[in-house]
Amino acid sequence: MDVSNRERAGLLLSAGLNSERRRVVVTGMGIVGPLGLGVENVWSRLTAGESGIGRITQFDPSDLPAQIAGEVPQGPTSEGKLTLEEWVPVKDQRKMDRFIHMGLVAATEAVEDSGWKPQSEEDKCRTGVMIGSGIGGLQTIYDASITVHEGRARRLSPFFIPSALINLVSGHVSIKYGFQGPNHSVVTACATGVHAIGDAARLIMFGDADVMVAGGAEATVCPLGIAGFCSARALSTGFNETPQTASRPWDKDRDGFVMGEGSGVVVLEEYEHAKARGAKIYGEIIGYGMSGDAYHITAPAEGHYGAYRAMRAALQSAGLNTSDIQYVNAHGTSTMADDMELEAVERLFGDDARTLAMSSTKSATGHLLGAAGAVEAIFSILAIRDNVAPPTLNLDNPSRESVIDRVAHTAQQRQINVALSNSFGFGGTNASLIVRGV
Amino acid sequence: MSEIADKVKKIVVEHLGVEESKVTPEASFIDDLGADSLDTVELVMAFEEAFNVEIPEDAAEKITTVKDAIDYIEKQKVA
Repeated sequence: MDVSNRERAGLLLSAGLNSERRRVVVTGMGIVGPLGLGVENVWSRLTAGESGIGRITQFDPSDLPAQIAGEVPQGPTSEGKLTLEEWVPVKDQRKMDRFIHMGLVAATEAVEDSGWKPQSEEDKCRTGVMIGSGIGGLQTIYDASITVHEGRARRLSPFFIPSALINLVSGHVSIKYGFQGPNHSVVTACATGVHAIGDAARLIMFGDADVMVAGGAEATVCPLGIAGFCSARALSTGFNETPQTASRPWDKDRDGFVMGEGSGVVVLEEYEHAKARGAKIYGEIIGYGMSGDAYHITAPAEGHYGAYRAMRAALQSAGLNTSDIQYVNAHGTSTMADDMELEAVERLFGDDARTLAMSSTKSATGHLLGAAGAVEAIFSILAIRDNVAPPTLNLDNPSRESVIDRVAHTAQQRQINVALSNSFGFGGTNASLIVRGV
Repeated sequence: MSEIADKVKKIVVEHLGVEESKVTPEASFIDDLGADSLDTVELVMAFEEAFNVEIPEDAAEKITTVKDAIDYIEKQKVA
């Protein structure tokens, strides 16, 4: 099969799906992250240009080259901060790694927000969960390793394995709410959040479920996490004294990403199902595309054709052209790869790039790894709801000029009907999601 | 109440997150105090650690109430 035939096959497939596919809308959203707790609180801080980055407080980072991160602020709920015992009973907390705490907080917020409380067995069986994580219970594995290393293997907690397993966020959410539909989890490094939402939407489209709780959770602001990414030369190390200026996507002085922690979760629902129960509808998932670089374990290939193909596939599945998109939430991690993504977007959008706004909200939140795509999908939906493009902080001197407005420093009021969100992960995995208002 | 009984009670309260008044000698970890099978494994480990005793698997399986735990540990300590 030559390339053009392959493309035709892809178009035919997506056209076939389009003609009979069930529509998937977002009816609930939850965020806990460096900008705090609660979707509206986080969004208002984000659009006000605030940063959630600071010196690491969960452990003493003095030995490490990177000493800053986006940590979840602890404090009263009324101040938009996290008081964990209000969300996870104290006796259960030590049975779960922190990434599960994060996922449970965001999932609880999203489910409560959706108002979906199925009572019948049938409704519970039609409701599933797909919350992933890039890494899972890293600190838990670290602690357990020490126990074994000290010759105390017999003292290892029986909760060690279920505390560290990535799919246990989905497990705990299903147990909490009695959701007995598909129980699944995604692990694709920093693309996890987008893959989870995209795959969960497809489960609804294909009829496996009517409602899916989907997203990502991460908590790797721990010595092993920071040291590991430092060792891979991925983290910013030059802004330890001015943490809020460290995440600077596309800026010429950027020197790596800033680790963030937290979770983003959405409630996805079949459109007629949502309408029938009078649910509030935030937006619709209309496009989803994936690709693999087949190039390098951590670096994208020159020109970032993997990103290009993921975005193009998302457009095809949505049946849209680039002229239909007004806002792109970039992967933009504040690394060398920022300009490669920019180049891929320019190549795909052509002349339509001139009217496009594209920002990286990681400038304010840091990089939440497996949770990033889910948090940023929520930001994309809110960008449409409020017709606001959130800013790219610290973009003082772009390393590369572009016709694309990268929304430097301050949010912009713009007409946004359709938005695309990108996430790319180690291993050369790429995913793009397209959302619109309803 | 003996020192051992006091300490057992305290560990149970801590690990299972239950009211102290519910931790009677007859209380069953699973039926009365809301523990699951993993909780009981962890409880036995906590007893081993706190009292510096070895509780083999077959003995651990027979410890289902607060009293079972106290009796077993007291016997070990005497022996």
